[in-house]
Amino acid sequence: MQMLTTPLLLIFALALAGYFLAKSRALQVAGGDIRTLVSLPNQHALSTALATAVPPTAAVLLFALYARLSQAEPNWFFALIIIGLGVTGFALSLIGIKTDSRARIYAERWILGLLIFASSIAIMTTIGIVFSMLFESLNFFGQYDWRDFFFSTTWSPNFRGNSDLGILPLLWGTLYVSFIALLFAVPIGLFAAIYLSEYASPRMRSVAKPAIEVLAGIPTIVYGLFALITVGPLLRDYFAEPMGFGQSASSVMTAGLVMGIMLIPFVSSLSDDIINAVPQAMRDGSLGLGATPSETIRQVVIPAALPGIVGAVLLAASRAIGETMIVVLGAGAAARLSLNPFEAMTTVTVKIVSQLTGDTDFASPETLVAFALGLTLFVITLGLNVFALYIVRKYREQYE
Amino acid sequence: MEDMTQMDRAMSTEQDIKISAKGVQVYYGDNHAIKDVDVEIEDKTVTAFIGPSGCGKSTFLRCINRMNDTIDVARVMGDIRIDGEDIYDPKVDPVQLRAKVGMVFQKPNPFPKSIYDNVAYGPKIHGLARNKADLDEIVEKSLRKAALWNEAKDRLDSPGTGLSGGQQQRLCIARAIATAPEVLLMDEPCSALDPIATAQVEELIDELRQSFSVVIVTHSMQQAARVSQKTAFFHLGNLVEYDDTDKIFTNPQDPRTESYISGRIG
Repeated sequence: MQMLTTPLLLIFALALAGYFLAKSRALQVAGGDIRTLVSLPNQHALSTALATAVPPTAAVLLFALYARLSQAEPNWFFALIIIGLGVTGFALSLIGIKTDSRARIYAERWILGLLIFASSIAIMTTIGIVFSMLFESLNFFGQYDWRDFFFSTTWSPNFRGNSDLGILPLLWGTLYVSFIALLFAVPIGLFAAIYLSEYASPRMRSVAKPAIEVLAGIPTIVYGLFALITVGPLLRDYFAEPMGFGQSASSVMTAGLVMGIMLIPFVSSLSDDIINAVPQAMRDGSLGLGATPSETIRQVVIPAALPGIVGAVLLAASRAIGETMIVVLGAGAAARLSLNPFEAMTTVTVKIVSQLTGDTDFASPETLVAFALGLTLFVITLGLNVFALYIVRKYREQYE
Repeated sequence: MEDMTQMDRAMSTEQDIKISAKGVQVYYGDNHAIKDVDVEIEDKTVTAFIGPSGCGKSTFLRCINRMNDTIDVARVMGDIRIDGEDIYDPKVDPVQLRAKVGMVFQKPNPFPKSIYDNVAYGPKIHGLARNKADLDEIVEKSLRKAALWNEAKDRLDSPGTGLSGGQQQRLCIARAIATAPEVLLMDEPCSALDPIATAQVEELIDELRQSFSVVIVTHSMQQAARVSQKTAFFHLGNLVEYDDTDKIFTNPQDPRTESYISGRIG
């Protein structure tokens, strides 16, 4: 790697020098009168710096990839090519500075390229994640029957082999906890949003909205502690035990409730923005017909904002499904298929963590199952997100 | 004899007056938007409010159905009566008032619902229909009155937002008359429409005069001359002149009115 980073540092220094050299050279070419230049000195400078730095950087990335794939060590030949590219770009740009050269357009093109590169990184990463999960999952299904994985109702991993690795109890736990979380978060978040956007005075709003959003900034492990030491015992002592549902402090209800609190700001903040975006003309039209404010909200504003609200809820659902820490501390770690919400259960994410902690090699089905679990979860949340996008797109143009 | 006729006249005007406003003041925060306006609007008449932008004509219109209540900073003072009843009396419910005083807005604002549901919205809220057949009848009658029935009868279930601009505005008029109001307020109802749609809406306004008292705010003096019987000219928050439309346009008393209608100000 030394063979690649040293030339790269040189190139960056050259680019910096090119920036200032190009600027002064542009001024010199102009003979002091900046108006004779087609492009401004700054644009020449930017174009030179980018032309010097970008191609070698791209080359380094390509070489690194090539070296990794072919197991070859980068050698002095690579370094020479990199420096050559940089110097060529540097020299061509500097020599090319004339009064009528269109550095403006070149600089724009370089920047466009950079922007495309930045956006493709996000997409590439997603694809990369999918593939890394996919290969390990295929590995897992080579050792473990997929029918047992998807349809077995028992989860009892055993590190000496012969485990039952059925996803159903975990999936059930995930969906149950998420469902309870949404059951709390959606009405409360939505009502809070309606209050904030329709009834609250501007001053109240400016205080209450950030205060609610503070909830979104609390780390989930702190929520987990809250579930463990406060909500869990509280639910056990005042609900579960008196009503004969069990003695467990960690329960689906505990995790769901605390997760619901965590999700409130997601639902309320997004819904609030969406409700605010409903044109005032809609409200005026309804109020002008003699509808009360609450009739207006129920029958005009909410239906108009519905696609966005559904999107917000589905986004919250994705969060709930992927949540780990609250479940570990709130719902326990026992994989169980049960309807009783006061019983301990666990979720897919918790089991992924527990399968990969400790001394593990990535060869046994007991560890590889984590990737299959992860991939399943990814597919579910991806499906939810696609569904959310579809809903939003389909109904977006309802008012306008 | 002389006394008799005078009394007769007084009696008849008394009956004809639908809305009577005295000493109305409106403040938006510190801004004094309406200054001491007195006006008497007759029943079954089209009354036009004209004047340059920001003169307060829309603001005054919004006082008549208390839509200014929905703006936090607006304060309305003075006395506005509809059929002799003070609409700013604490006992009056603005929601009920607005069912009686319909409003059509500047930009067509159909709800994102079907054409049918747009028209049925008001009657449903106020419980005007006992059953579905009743509601169907109200919807059809309102759409017919708004001259939209022929275009819309085959697509009552399609969204109201899918109509053209002129149709949307007529849908909003149908929606407003479906609640059987006594007064119809129109805030520049044609400003977002093309000339053909404008002509249709104007024709409609003339027909609506049979059943309602119509108050229309307009920027177009030609429109005021075409559709209204009475015209009020507002300037800088004052009601400058209020008289028969013919008289305002042919023989204005106030020099400001004359400058405005001859195009020298505004």
